[in-house]
Amino acid sequence: MIKKRAIVINSKDNVATALDDLKAGEVIQEEVDSLKKNIKLNQDIPFGHKFSLKEIPSASPVIKYGEVIGTASELIKVGDYVHVHNLKSNRGRGDIK
Amino acid sequence: MSFLGFPRPDGQVGVRNHIAIISTVICANDVTLKIAQQVEGAVAFLHDQGCCQTPIDLNQVTKTLVNLGKNPNLAGVLLLSLGCESVLVEEIRERIAASGKPVKTLSIQQIGGMLPAVAEGSRITQEMVIKASTIRRETFDDSHLIIGVKCGASDTTSGLISNPAAGAAFDLLYDHGGTCVFGETTEFLGAEHILMRRAATPEVKKKIGEIVTRMEQRAKMMGVDMRGGQPTTGNIKGGLTTIEEKSLGAIVKGGTKSIQGVYEYGDKVTKKGLYIVDSPGREPEFLTGIAAAGVQIIIFSTGIGAPQGFPFVPVLKITGNPKTEKYLPDHIDKFIKLPEEGENTIAQAGEEIYQEIKAIASGKKTKAEVLGYGQFSNIFTVGPVI
Repeated sequence: MIKKRAIVINSKDNVATALDDLKAGEVIQEEVDSLKKNIKLNQDIPFGHKFSLKEIPSASPVIKYGEVIGTASELIKVGDYVHVHNLKSNRGRGDIK
Repeated sequence: MSFLGFPRPDGQVGVRNHIAIISTVICANDVTLKIAQQVEGAVAFLHDQGCCQTPIDLNQVTKTLVNLGKNPNLAGVLLLSLGCESVLVEEIRERIAASGKPVKTLSIQQIGGMLPAVAEGSRITQEMVIKASTIRRETFDDSHLIIGVKCGASDTTSGLISNPAAGAAFDLLYDHGGTCVFGETTEFLGAEHILMRRAATPEVKKKIGEIVTRMEQRAKMMGVDMRGGQPTTGNIKGGLTTIEEKSLGAIVKGGTKSIQGVYEYGDKVTKKGLYIVDSPGREPEFLTGIAAAGVQIIIFSTGIGAPQGFPFVPVLKITGNPKTEKYLPDHIDKFIKLPEEGENTIAQAGEEIYQEIKAIASGKKTKAEVLGYGQFSNIFTVGPVI
């Protein structure tokens, strides 16, 4: 059995989690909206970090565990690394009045 | 289903038989530590509180010290005082003594300074240790277990593997009639709706919402984005981007059963079932909070590798991160592997954790316990030092 390279926790998710240190250009096959899709990674994705399964417009929710984990702060393309540079929290934001 | 524990006069059951030297104020920490280093069988509880705080915090510190003293893993307590602190040492002594265990007090100022305090404190605890050593383990059924859970130095594997495995163990203990305690209110932010759905009553549901709002307001009062503080720099390095993501992975460590109640920090949990203790996520304050709640053992799920235990509550360290298992073998008691497709390793891991809890309850030592990692604790306070 081939070790899974990434995991999608809930079918509603628009991000996947890397189960190994993945390299830019690597193609990961995942089920997106019930269809098998090939996702080419645009950047390196370290073990445990996330990449996008779908295009996520700026100011749209990012979904993991089938729940909102924050808001995209810029356009996130398919295969993009998703982390603090493009995903903001909606909670504990004392900087927003 | 049973384990071997130490009977206590108030009907509780200990899984350890320590004598604790509990410092009542930061100024007594040095002497407290010296005595614990001298007396085999004695452990020190140190903290930064006990004086120059508002009455709200002094009450919280008092209550926490009382309930730490009542923890069933303690056969006896020496309260080590400076002598001029704000917390009322005699009141703390009386309230712990109500549980029937021996409690003594010693004041550094009254006895004439550090050297006589170390000598007298060592004599008092020496005698307590010898008396406690005659208490024998007896058989108790699993409903006498009170277990806490914590996640620390979390990364993505925490939410995927080790937290659900801890939750599966909690579910088993719940089904055996035991008591399960979790908390870390900060790590409910963004996941509180899921916990609220599991509340046993409308009051519990309301209270969960209230403690989350209160904790979030405290963080927001500082006028900044709390990211970097929660999730921590280490969480972010481990792949967790937002507090919502951390929370959704964190709450699964509390299992899937209905939540019977919410306690304030420092309160003692006195009923069976699954309970929340309002508490922050940071280890020294959180571990103290659930030790005061009365837990006998703590399941500690880690991603990147949090090494600490607690002075008198054994901590079972589990991880689902294969790198942590490889690089920190001295600190990880149990590794849980990521399930392959079609495998149900989480349920199996839950069963294994449950059996390990019972082994620890009957006397098996954990790695943090043997290394003595976890000497420096604290008590959660909400107001300023004044």
